[in-house]
Parts: sequence; structure tokens; C-alpha cells
Amino acid sequence: MTDEKGKQQKRRKVTHENGQRVTSVTLKDGTEYKVREIGTLQYVLKHKWLYLMLLPGLLYFIMFRYAPMGGLVIAFKNYSPFKGMWASDWVGFKNFIDFFNTPDFLRLLRNTLGISLLQLVLFFPAPIVLSLFLNEVYHNVYKRVIQTLIYIPHFVSWVIVASLTFQLFNVSDGIVNMLIRAVTGNTVNILSNAGAFWGLIVGQDIWRETGYGTIIFLAALAGVDQEQYEAARIDGANRWELMWHITLPAIKGTVIMMLILRVGGLLNTGYEQIFLMRNDLNIATAEVFDTYIYTRGIKQGAYSFSSAAGMFKSVVGMILVLGSDRVAKAFGESGIY
Amino acid sequence: MASSAAIMKQGVKVKKSLGDRIVDVIIYVVLGLIALSTVLPFLYVVAGSFATDKELTERAFFLIPHVWSANAYKYAVHNSNILLGLRNSILLTVLGTIMCMAFSLTFAYPLSKAHFRGRDFIMNLVIVTMLFGGGMIPSYVIFTNAYHLLDTYWALILPGLISPFNMIIIKKFFQELPSELEDAAYVDGATDLQVFFRVALPLSKPVIASISLFYGVGFWNDYFASMIYLRSAEKYPIQILLRSIILLSSTVSESAQDFYDMNGAPPDKAVKMACTVIATVPILCIYPFVQKYFTKGVMVGAVKG
Repeated sequence: MTDEKGKQQKRRKVTHENGQRVTSVTLKDGTEYKVREIGTLQYVLKHKWLYLMLLPGLLYFIMFRYAPMGGLVIAFKNYSPFKGMWASDWVGFKNFIDFFNTPDFLRLLRNTLGISLLQLVLFFPAPIVLSLFLNEVYHNVYKRVIQTLIYIPHFVSWVIVASLTFQLFNVSDGIVNMLIRAVTGNTVNILSNAGAFWGLIVGQDIWRETGYGTIIFLAALAGVDQEQYEAARIDGANRWELMWHITLPAIKGTVIMMLILRVGGLLNTGYEQIFLMRNDLNIATAEVFDTYIYTRGIKQGAYSFSSAAGMFKSVVGMILVLGSDRVAKAFGESGIY
Repeated sequence: MASSAAIMKQGVKVKKSLGDRIVDVIIYVVLGLIALSTVLPFLYVVAGSFATDKELTERAFFLIPHVWSANAYKYAVHNSNILLGLRNSILLTVLGTIMCMAFSLTFAYPLSKAHFRGRDFIMNLVIVTMLFGGGMIPSYVIFTNAYHLLDTYWALILPGLISPFNMIIIKKFFQELPSELEDAAYVDGATDLQVFFRVALPLSKPVIASISLFYGVGFWNDYFASMIYLRSAEKYPIQILLRSIILLSSTVSESAQDFYDMNGAPPDKAVKMACTVIATVPILCIYPFVQKYFTKGVMVGAVKG
């Protein structure tokens, strides 16, 4: 019931008739109406199809989303496939302590945060800048062609991105190195160089996702009233002033929302991409939490140990999302939850 | 759209200063270069796949080969399982997308109804899974030991049946459908199920197209889940085969080179390019048809709520 109607209300009474909740409302002009709220059982029977439609999905969430959460008990156990999940022996926080005490832990933390922070600095602003550029294009056909082309890489698999990278950058017959050799006489080995790995990963991200990342900002910009620009232009505002005072404020909320999501995902470097690009020579800077969990857990069978590592990652990730959401709200932004 | 076109016409009328025009030119050129950088690698690989090996080693860069040759494709088809992989990927993508859409649409519809009792509870149940999950290892242990999904396509399909993000986009789309049509159907005595099939679904083509694309691309591109769960080589999808063809032979590691010395000639550069093209083309064929829908779909999801 809206406020307007509420103001006209004179009397409101809740009664029960035959087990039904009935709200009677009398308006100032004397009209009276009753709202019958049917009981839950009656409601479910009346809308049985809706509940039946919901059922398969609910079953999915229980079996494939919540059951693995329950499966995290093995992080606190010494899981043995022969004894099963429940009969395995409890070990408390031993797996977590072991994980924090391995020399690997600090290396993983450094690599994961290194890649994530580099992404935050270089990759995060890229779609925003590109959106601002696209927003300056008034030739609609040109704009649409550019948009169509820059979205394409997003739909290509990491395997393809990796194979394109190999074909372009490898030392023996990659085209980039052929060009470099033609100019300088030397080659640059980017693919198996520990010092170049973080840059390589972030570069791939920028190439693959910048174009697609503009969609959400362009959507926010589509909501801007064009008369604002006209009015400001008449007042003598130049291009930079328009961008600074109209365009940027229009996407501020979206930028903050994306920032929250990115900060929340600081430990999620994405394993497929890194898994495909790492090799024996760059492993020192390439091993991150996700690839380590895969190697220790599925390759080497240390299920409990790697479950503990995974749980550490999930919990920290959740705290980061909720924390950054809280911070955004404290600064008067709407946040995401 | 119509109004923005009108505004554009006005914009053209406004006379621009020389400085503004220069900035315009710079912006158009930079955007053109960015767009070029996204497609050039693909064009180069397509050109290379039709070239001879000799040309690939002699010419640094080209988009049109001097000598055209389909040998790379013949070699790829005869000497690898790439056609089998293609078939597997198509099967997995079609089956997976249909199942994901069936589960996501039916789950989103009840939740789109404001009157639906239990809606908040279910939505919270979904949102929790966006914030926290069991992670790779407990999932692997349960899916293989309890559900026995190892080495089946079900292991690739079932765990991702409903993406919460996609489901919320669909739910929002349903919420924004005009309620008059549904109300009319109810007055005619239709059940919820009939309204869903005859009224809501026919009106939801844009969201069905874009979300199907998202799910389909996910299945087509999947590498990691296939690597974890599939064991028999005859079930491998195209991405696994592509990686084994390309990356194993071109990494610098000596062991890979030894591997090929023992197992016959390494696939040459053009063959790798041909395989890359074979694995990319299906996605690029679907893309233009769905592109007009997906920006809309993503935009709906972008609005907070």
C-alpha cells in the first residue's frame, strides 16, 4: 500500500474469519474494502505449479552448492577415501596450521596478491577509460562496429587465448619475436620468464576483457539525460568539463560496485588462465592459491590439506566482499548487498 | 534508440572548434587501433592456417598468403582427434545449455512473482552461494565419490546447472514483463504453468538468447572441468585437444621436444593455426546473431536490485 493511499486511510482493522487473515480498510471518503489473505497451505495448493517449478533448482542448490560446503568438514579431518567423509578422524585446525607453516604459503600469497593488485591498477581502469572514449563517438555506425569487434575476445576460450599468445610470442617462430629479431637482432622470451609472468597474465586480461567490460559502464551512461550535456555546452562547458561533471558522476556508482567485486575477488586469480600459462621456468611467480590447491589436492591427493587451503581462500574472499561493501556504504554509496 | 538518433543529429549541427575536431580524430583513430588489436591476432591465424610452412617462416607478418593451401586442415583432420573433439564439444554444449536453461528459467520464474511466499528465503539461499562455496576439493570429492560423476559429461554439466548471476538476470527480466498479458491469461483460467509457457517464455526471447549464449560459451570454452573430471581420451572436448596440439609442442621445455622426436614430426605452425581456427569458428558464427540481444541482457543485470 502506497503512502498516498495511507494518508487517506481512516481506519484499518485486522480480523480473522474462518482461519483467514482479513484486513479491512476504511477510507476517508467512506469506501471500505477487505483484503483476504489466504493461509499458507491454501496458497501453496493454489500455486502448486510455481512450487513444483522451483523444486529442481532447489534440489540443485542443495546437492551441488550446499553439499560441497558441508564437504568442507574434511578440512578439519584427516580424510581417507576408504573411511569416507564422516568416518575419517578429526584433526581440528591441523591442516590450516600446516598450510600456514609451509614455505609455499608466503610465496602463494605474494604471487596471488601481486597479480591481483597489478590487475587492480592496470586492468580495472581500462574498461572505464575505453567507455569514456566510446562515449565521445557520435558516429553511431562507427561506434557499433567498434563495439562489435572489441566484445569478441571475451567469447574466446582461455585455451585459444593461450594458443594465440604462444603463436605470437614464442621465441622460435612467434611473429612478435620475429619482428624484434629483425630490428634488434635479439629475442625476448616472455613465455618462460618468471619476471614477465604477472605482466603476461594482466596483459591477456586486458586484451580479452576490456572491450566486454565497457558494456556495464555504457549501460550506466545510456541513462544520462542528453539535455544535461546540451545545457552545459550552451553554458560554455568544454569537452573535459562535460566528462568531469556529467559523465564521470553518472558512472560513479557502477565503478564503485565493480571495485567492490574486484576487491572481493582479490584472491581469485582464476586458475584456468594461469594454469595454461605457467610452466617449469616461470613457476616461481606463477603458482597462486588456485593452481596450488589443484596440484596438491587433485594431482597429489592431499584432500584435507588442500580443502583447508581452499577454505582459507573462501573465507578471506567473503570477508573482503562484505568488508568493501560496508566501506562503500559508509561513504554513502549504495553497495551491492 | 530513436531519441538518441535525434540527439545525434542535433550534435552534428553544433559547430565544433578546431581543437575539438582534432580530439575527435584522435579518439576515432585510437578506438580503431584498439578494435584492430582485438581482431588482428585472429586474422593472422586464419591467414597463416591457409599458408604454406615455407611462407610462415619467411614472411614476418601477412594477412593474405601468396600461396593458398588447405594442407594444414587436411593434416589436422587426418592426424588428430579434432573432429571427434568437435563432435564431443557440440554434444556437451547443446545438452548442457538446454539443461541449464531449463533449470534456470523454471527456478527464476516463481522467484519473479512478488506474491510468491518463501521468495526471500530462497533468494537468500542463492545469494549465500554467491558469497561462499565449498571450493574445488570438497566438490571434487563429493561429485566423484558420492555422486560417481567421474569421467562423465554430467560432471561438467550438473555442477553449473544454475549460475546465480544468470538466474538473477532472468528473474529481473520476468519481473519487468508487462503484467497485463499474464493477468488476462489468469482471468481466462490459465494455471501458473500455462502462463509461464504461453505468456512469459514467448516474451522472453532476448534474455533466453543472451543467457543461452553465456551458458553455451561456458561449455564450449571449458577446459579446467574437463581436465579434472574426464579420463577417457575419446570423451575429450575440443579445448583439451587443442591445448595438447598447440601448447605441448611450442613450450620451450626440452621434454616436450623429446616427446615429439619420439612420436614423429611435431605438428607444424600452420596445423596449429588451423586447429585454433577450427576451435574458434563455431563461437564466432553464433556471436553475430546473439550480439544484439546480449548487451540488453547484461544491461538488465547491471542495474542493481
